[in-house]
Amino acid sequence: MRRTFEIPVAAVVPSGAAVLRAMGGTTDRSPGPRVERLLEEALEEFRAKAEPRAVTADIGAREFAEVYEGAGDNEPSSPLLAIFPRAERLALFAATVGAELSDRIAELFDAGRPALGAALDSAASEGTELAGVHLDGLAQEEARSRHAAGPDTWALRYSPGYCGWNITGQRALFAALRPDEIGILLTDSCLMQPLKSISGVMVTGPAAIHEIADDYPFCPDCRTKSCRSRMRKIRQNLRKEP
Amino acid sequence: MEILSQIASELECGAHEAVRALTQSALEQELEAGVILERGLLAGMQVVGDRFRNHEVFLPEVLLAARAMNAGLELLEPHLGKAVALSRGTVVIGTVQGDLHDIGKNLVGIMLSGAGFEVIDLGKDVSPETFVDTAHETGASVIGMSALLTTTMPGMKKVIALLKERGLDSSVRTVVGGAPVTEEFAREIGADSYGFDAAHAVECVKELVG
Repeated sequence: MRRTFEIPVAAVVPSGAAVLRAMGGTTDRSPGPRVERLLEEALEEFRAKAEPRAVTADIGAREFAEVYEGAGDNEPSSPLLAIFPRAERLALFAATVGAELSDRIAELFDAGRPALGAALDSAASEGTELAGVHLDGLAQEEARSRHAAGPDTWALRYSPGYCGWNITGQRALFAALRPDEIGILLTDSCLMQPLKSISGVMVTGPAAIHEIADDYPFCPDCRTKSCRSRMRKIRQNLRKEP
Repeated sequence: MEILSQIASELECGAHEAVRALTQSALEQELEAGVILERGLLAGMQVVGDRFRNHEVFLPEVLLAARAMNAGLELLEPHLGKAVALSRGTVVIGTVQGDLHDIGKNLVGIMLSGAGFEVIDLGKDVSPETFVDTAHETGASVIGMSALLTTTMPGMKKVIALLKERGLDSSVRTVVGGAPVTEEFAREIGADSYGFDAAHAVECVKELVG
């Protein structure tokens, strides 16, 4: 099944604290009133300009293997190679918070307001990630509403450009998903436009399949180490299950 | 002079209206523009930059301070002769060809300006020829390149190769940065320095220009 849909703006509005963190807020102290006002202003701008929308399309494991292979630039081994054959469901996805935000960010920098521009940029990046989290939730709900899904069923996103899946994989993914229908285009250098967009494959299956080692040859170069927090979140949530 | 300390202090708080008013007042008191710049605006930015490096302030505070500095600088510029203009050196910056991300590069530019460098920002999707031609024409001592995609990182290598080809690699040094860029990659392509974030990039440039 393929569908395009709008995501409620409220679902992608980040907290001021998240925006500050995304801007590298590493101190323990609270931000002063000027920074608080700046964050509020950035979030107001975000609410006014965000147009979150998404496209998803189910795909079989065999078809996904072809998409994943892409132009053959991937690392010889990767977490996703081990994960996707064990999935209960695979769906390609793309989501964006829209082009207006990027235009507004550029305007703010041009107008000599880099603090607000940078805060809005971080808000937009966080909002894009929240659009992905929203998709995670939808996939999770759908899986659980189906009788086949067990209580530990978990949906997680994997994207080209991360964890051994070369960014050139975007080309095959875009050819299969056609996110241009919601306004997301791919440049020759595999850059998504609007910039604040995400894409990849949603993998739904037993939580255990998402457990990965972080000792692949490319792991030392990874700055995010986000796999660790993702796995931690799964474990925490499983412990909360009745 | 009290008013210069006030300018620096208000700048540290990011109070751009106050910095503008105090700078105007300092000019009316017939203080030299170069003195106001060095001991007011740049002195304040130096404090903010140091605090940022020590994780004592947040990035937005640095950017608010930068806005305040620009507010004062706009008033000073007509009074600043070329000789006393921001004179730590000229740096050409840009996002490499094929890449349209520019926030990180913009932040580097703002911080370099705050540290007293003249910054020529070529924007995004910049060809190797434009980087090298601009550096040559303006007498820039450093080219700063940013990339956010592994597919566009090779553009950095092309710039460095072109500098060598034209015999400019000893006079124009290079610093690279961006999310997928690593120190190892910088070494491999022959870049002179690698900045892991905007503040570090400024330190790299300072080291390169001695």
